[in-house]
Amino acid sequence: MERKLIFDKDRGCRNSSYITPSLDIKPEEIFGGDMLREDLSLPDISESEVVRHYMQLARLNFSVDTNFYPLGSCTMKYNPKINEYLSGLEGFSRIHPLQREDDLQGALELMYEFQNLLCALTGMKAFAFQPSSGAQGELTGILMVRSFHEINGSKKSKVIVPDSAHGTNPATATMCGYETVVIESRDGLVDIHQLEKSFDEDVAALMLTNPNTLGLFEKDILKISRIVHERGGLLYYDGANFNPLMGIAKPALMGFDIIHLNLHKTFSTPHGCGGPGAGIVGAVEPLEEFLPLPRIKKRNKTFYLDYGSEKSLGSPRTFFGNFDVLVKAYAYILRLGREGLKRAAQNSVLNANYIKKKLEKYYQPAYSKQCMHEVVFSCSEQKKRGASALDIAKRLIDYRIHPPTMYFPLIVKEALMVEPTETENKEMLDYFIRAMIKIDEDTEKNPQKLKSSPHKAAVGRVDETRAARMPVLAHTGCGKHKKSQKT
Amino acid sequence: MACLKFTKSHEWVRVEEGLVTIGISEYAQRQLGDVVFVELPSKGAKVSKGSQIGTIESTKTASEVYTPLSGEVVEVNEDLVNNPQWVNESPLEKGWMIKLKAEDSSELDELMEESQYKAFVEEESH
Repeated sequence: MERKLIFDKDRGCRNSSYITPSLDIKPEEIFGGDMLREDLSLPDISESEVVRHYMQLARLNFSVDTNFYPLGSCTMKYNPKINEYLSGLEGFSRIHPLQREDDLQGALELMYEFQNLLCALTGMKAFAFQPSSGAQGELTGILMVRSFHEINGSKKSKVIVPDSAHGTNPATATMCGYETVVIESRDGLVDIHQLEKSFDEDVAALMLTNPNTLGLFEKDILKISRIVHERGGLLYYDGANFNPLMGIAKPALMGFDIIHLNLHKTFSTPHGCGGPGAGIVGAVEPLEEFLPLPRIKKRNKTFYLDYGSEKSLGSPRTFFGNFDVLVKAYAYILRLGREGLKRAAQNSVLNANYIKKKLEKYYQPAYSKQCMHEVVFSCSEQKKRGASALDIAKRLIDYRIHPPTMYFPLIVKEALMVEPTETENKEMLDYFIRAMIKIDEDTEKNPQKLKSSPHKAAVGRVDETRAARMPVLAHTGCGKHKKSQKT
Repeated sequence: MACLKFTKSHEWVRVEEGLVTIGISEYAQRQLGDVVFVELPSKGAKVSKGSQIGTIESTKTASEVYTPLSGEVVEVNEDLVNNPQWVNESPLEKGWMIKLKAEDSSELDELMEESQYKAFVEEESH
């Protein structure tokens, strides 16, 4: 079906039964003539056409509310609707951060209690809620590392990341003025020998995701922590993969000093375009003073904002970050409770291993050992038959399944990273498994069908190369501007 | 004919008239897929063996390019920035990245001959 831009639906005359009265005020008398423009480049179409246009576009949306979304390392779990209801309550949604403290006691209490629950789950001493994404959390965390070393008078210049790390880790280290040292993994885990060799007195921190992006638990974490701390470094926890540890293991007990958690992953708040994120940052005792301000504290029965710490970074953004996200994540934790969180974590691991077991005859798992909440396959064999990881991912769209993460981690060739999350039932997992097996058959029988997929989506295979080489970043040449467009 | 040498990180090196030209190998461009962006060092930059001299971004991934030799960058393939597809189409010719005035030509001895590199790639892809 042809889909026009709303500008191209403008035929120059409205086809509407609505007649609006003509303007009976003189705007130039109210605003002054120089404040008015002659022309506004908006399409001249009727209300019903506008509504239909956007309703039809909205029906093309693909989300975790409509379909299976096994996008590895993104934890696209279902977002319970009670979260929306609660965060929409007037006491939360119609307050302003500049109201007086005694007027905001409920909101402050919520954040205070939320912090306590997060500390119980992670073993951290305190949290700051300002960072609004995982990347911003990392930036905040590593800036805290830098301040810590500076205040202690030790000049350090490097940050170590494993070769399986999220790309944001080396980017964060660079943004904070550090040189990134990448250490190679051994059998999918941090190579202790390499770590010992690389971790000299110039290293400020090791940034680690646990379980790592291969879905494997760093079983030597205590040894790793000892090496890092003995040499005067800090251990940073990238919380992207906290989901399988929720209620089961605490990063602080593994030796992590500073962590970020993605509420939009682990704690069920909307992710991606569905809503703003929250990459909140926690720290253990001596480092909590470096957290962003203000911190929420309690005196007698009153909650107040504390701007006291001189060592703090200040704040990476205004007020308390995305407050409604905090309400949703708090609601999620309370609703599941300690046992519920633990069960969710366990089910996320069970679901990933179920997929791994059922598909390992067809797709080569990157590592044979048991995985945690996500499983990484290598499609090298399929590629030899003529269809790459990209083709397989695109073909999944025809089965109404969101493609898994592709070509990441970088150390796995033709990688597909599948994270089903705990909120999918066995029927859905079996449907995915059947689709993957069918696609594997097609790599043999009909690779062309995969290479030209998707066939059933609103848009077919897009030319990503051309889009990247010749990006058109603003749309011009539609509606009234069309006439003056040169090309 | 000038001889080609290769690195384990899949760069090629060619010595001609005292200058060393560096690019990425046929195998490397195939692994990367369609290249969409190339970042190169500036002319006159001093580089040391093993340091990063550029970035190549494809629709799949972004990858660093390293120099196997120390020296000064005397020429940069500026046209490549607007024609990143040359890395795919002609990695050994039009897709060259920089020309280097090498400080220590003995560093060349550490690199692989074409036949050795072929065997290395063969092994790596298994």
